[in-house]
Amino acid sequence: MHETDMTKALMITLREWWESQPTRPPVERVFLTVGQFTCVEPASLQFAFEVQTRNTFLANAQLVIQETPLIAFCHGCQLEYRPEFGLRYACPTCQAPMDDIRSGRELKIDRVEYATASTPP
Amino acid sequence: MHQIIDETLGINLLHANQAGADHNRAHFDEWGITCLNVMSSPGAGKTVLLEKTLAALTDTLKIAVIEGDMTTELDADRLRQYNVPVVAINTGRACHLDARMVAGGLHTLSQAHTPTDLDLVIVENVGNLVCPAEFEVGEHAKVALLSITGGEGKPLRYPVMFRGADVLVITKVDLAPYLDVDLSRIEANVREINPQVTIIAVSAQTGAGLETWFDWVRAAVKPSQLAAAH
Ligand SMILES: Nc1nc2c(ncn2[C@@H]2O[C@H](COP(=O)(O)OP(=O)(O)OP(=O)(O)O)[C@@H](O)[C@H]2O)c(=O)[nH]1
Ligand SMILES: [Mg+2]
Ligand SMILES: [Zn+2]
Ligand SMILES: [Zn+2]
Ligand SMILES: [Zn+2]
Repeated sequence: MHETDMTKALMITLREWWESQPTRPPVERVFLTVGQFTCVEPASLQFAFEVQTRNTFLANAQLVIQETPLIAFCHGCQLEYRPEFGLRYACPTCQAPMDDIRSGRELKIDRVEYATASTPP
Repeated sequence: MHQIIDETLGINLLHANQAGADHNRAHFDEWGITCLNVMSSPGAGKTVLLEKTLAALTDTLKIAVIEGDMTTELDADRLRQYNVPVVAINTGRACHLDARMVAGGLHTLSQAHTPTDLDLVIVENVGNLVCPAEFEVGEHAKVALLSITGGEGKPLRYPVMFRGADVLVITKVDLAPYLDVDLSRIEANVREINPQVTIIAVSAQTGAGLETWFDWVRAAVKPSQLAAAH
């Protein structure tokens, strides 16, 4: 259910950007990076986006989601490792708790692709 | 023919909410208010802990509550018995409070009360361990509750919430004798995800651990406010 809210948040952010554009171009694709260590479930987000953008300025936009895995860094071992989501987060070598997260926290709009109305040559 | 242009944005998906949360926090700071965001799965004991907190601390601190209970006014009514301002936010079907809802709550609050008179605003979030962790509302600290009835593995399954918490309150410890649950295992699982977290085990039933929790709350309230109250 929270993907509905995430989509709302996404649309608010995109609308802010879009309205600041002098030409208000038709958005064709929206690229997101969604980390594994976030509350967002990509499939649900994809679905929510399709439903909620109907009859809006994003009606014809396609959502492209790139997922990033959870990667932690152990300072003791000076090594990156991949925690087993849902099971274990400590360093597999020295058992130190998960400290730095190097990847997996992303919730980012990377790029927007839009068409420009160009005059034929 | 048309041309495709890449617009590199690099904007956080929660940008709009984050901006709203920062705005709320700026108001809290200006008013000298500390804000706590209390989160847990449904029924972990948020409202009961709030009741105990109000009963113990309203003598020395001016407290208001923003109640994000999903559907009813029931929880808000329970808290109003303690003669504190309680703003109930009707979240409808929303699964978390967001910054805009809390801003609305603050607006309501500031119509009937002078916000500079308050020391502490406690927000009871919607019972949900998933997205409230990502939607800041302007709080100075995140309080996560975990009932021992939820089992030892819960922190591992909902790591985002427990990673973000400043303090973890383990609730209903009076039920430990009836459950096959190891308190130290729960603590170890949380620390694996969040080594810095403060952990306080309480029972609202027996009162065990509540003093430690009250001390934490007192310490969280801005020192200048405590000084001004004396
Ligand atoms: N045995 C025991 N029961 C408790 C304790 N704290 C709360 N409860 C019970 O747990 C139930 C839920 O408590 P609430 O305080 O309403 O929980 P909540 O987190 O506010 O619930 P929602 O707002 O619905 O998500 C109630 O029946 C409480 O009486 C405790 O320390 N010990
Ligand atoms: Mg409640
Ligand atoms: Zn939500
Ligand atoms: Zn290590
Ligand atoms: Zn304002």
